[in-house]
Amino acid sequence: MLNIESTAIEARDNLISQKVATLPPSGIRKFFDLLSSMEDIISLGIGEPDFVTPWHIREAGTYSLEKGYTMYTSNSGMPELRQELTSYLELHYGISYHPEHEILVTTGSSEGLDLALRAIINPGDEVIIPDPCYVAYPADIILAGGVPILIPTNEENNFVVRATDIEARITKQTKAILVGYPANPTGAVMSKKESRAISELAKKHDLLVISDEIYARLVYGDEHICFPSLPMMRECTILISGLSKSHAMTGWRIGYVAAERRFIQALTKIHQYTMLSAPTIAQMAAIEALRNGEAEVQKMVQEYNRRRRFMVKRLNEIGLPCFEPKGAFYAFPSIKATGMSSEEFAEKLLLEEKVAVVPGTAFGACGEGFVRCCYATSLSNIEEALRRMGRFIRKNRLTT
Amino acid sequence: MKEIFEILEQHARATPEQISTMVDKPVSEVEQIIKQAEKDRTILKYRTIIDWSKLGQEDVWALIEVRVTPQRDVGFDAIAERIYQFPEVYSAYLVSGTYELAMLVRGKHMQEISSFVTEKLAPLEQVQSTVTHFLLKRYKENGETFHLLKEANRRLPITP
Repeated sequence: MLNIESTAIEARDNLISQKVATLPPSGIRKFFDLLSSMEDIISLGIGEPDFVTPWHIREAGTYSLEKGYTMYTSNSGMPELRQELTSYLELHYGISYHPEHEILVTTGSSEGLDLALRAIINPGDEVIIPDPCYVAYPADIILAGGVPILIPTNEENNFVVRATDIEARITKQTKAILVGYPANPTGAVMSKKESRAISELAKKHDLLVISDEIYARLVYGDEHICFPSLPMMRECTILISGLSKSHAMTGWRIGYVAAERRFIQALTKIHQYTMLSAPTIAQMAAIEALRNGEAEVQKMVQEYNRRRRFMVKRLNEIGLPCFEPKGAFYAFPSIKATGMSSEEFAEKLLLEEKVAVVPGTAFGACGEGFVRCCYATSLSNIEEALRRMGRFIRKNRLTT
Repeated sequence: MKEIFEILEQHARATPEQISTMVDKPVSEVEQIIKQAEKDRTILKYRTIIDWSKLGQEDVWALIEVRVTPQRDVGFDAIAERIYQFPEVYSAYLVSGTYELAMLVRGKHMQEISSFVTEKLAPLEQVQSTVTHFLLKRYKENGETFHLLKEANRRLPITP
């Protein structure tokens, strides 16, 4: 959803950099403005947990304030936190990193992604990403001076990018493959076979892999494959993750990057000049989360899973076919039966039934014909939203 | 199977169809499990937590500590049973510490609770003493807090 008019005006403003002026605004901005003016909306458009951070974690944050932890920390993050992160990765994915040289604590995983791209991209370098994908991927690549190469994915391949499709687009300029599974907006996960195919490709063409695994803990059924744990991938993968989704800590802004020393050194160089260090209180809370938060994580995952099954079944029942999303907290149903575009559908649904969903096109052209519905909301909200959507579909379905 | 009960504990009104979707088991199996649980009293009752203060009809509640003398052969069970059968007694527990029975008592007004204590509870032969704490404010009950911030106040309506 490129707002062409305002982009053109900005582009003429010499005080704004060309790169920024021509960067399309996030596709959800328009909906945000529309939503803010309406009441009694049920929103399936929120990309964050509905759980409040578990109390023991919040309490640790409060306690750290009381004790006066209000100063900067080491650029890389508090040593205890880096230690906890390495134990956590070892425990869950069997991959070990050196806490001192191979971990960087960032201000949310968004910072990690930005750092990774800026640290590796030379002007004109190409970075391969799936389409649709998280809104920041193409923008961050462009801001880092690179060129995003979009690989279409679709329902037939469960919205997972295929190695053969990637290979067809590899050129001399290709620097890296950026993947994010479990995926926002589709809820897709990458199987071991698919991950292996991509890892072999990366090896063959000497490419770097940036693996955004922020939703790694939110998988339902299949075990998550941590990309750097694949054979020979540790040395060429920059792993990006954080506690936002797993521990319901979005507002705390705690992410991390794990990679070989040379990468972490490069990322830290930018981080020290731009962010200095992640928020101290949040780092203290994160230590508590990693030490004692596992039971809460599992409780939340179980609850998401119930809502997921419920939402997917109801979407299919009301005539919005939906492939089974096995990760994150999104369902990505097809709205093609209505004959509307994704944006039209989302706008009309919002105005007529007061249900907010995000048009698939906000995440790339291949999102056309789909909308993103987040099930990180109460079961009663999901139920009511789907009742309204069912009514909307009955009214708007194309007769065949 | 445990999951079915966890769901019902949180949402007593969840239908077997909804539960079957959430736990990915056939409806008939879920119905069977619930029916059996109702029969063998694994599920005792389906209740609703109501904030009566919103209706201006809040009852008076008291926590009562009761010191009792145990009896030969039956320990505290017989006296506990004699006490908890009174309809005023909402919950009753045998506890460790400086007293034996802890009870939650509910009445329409303070007078009702005090007459229960003075006329029915205290005169019982095995009851040595009672301490009555009237509840001043209810913060949390059965895992639910009474005053919550609305979700809308916390999350933005749409985020990437």
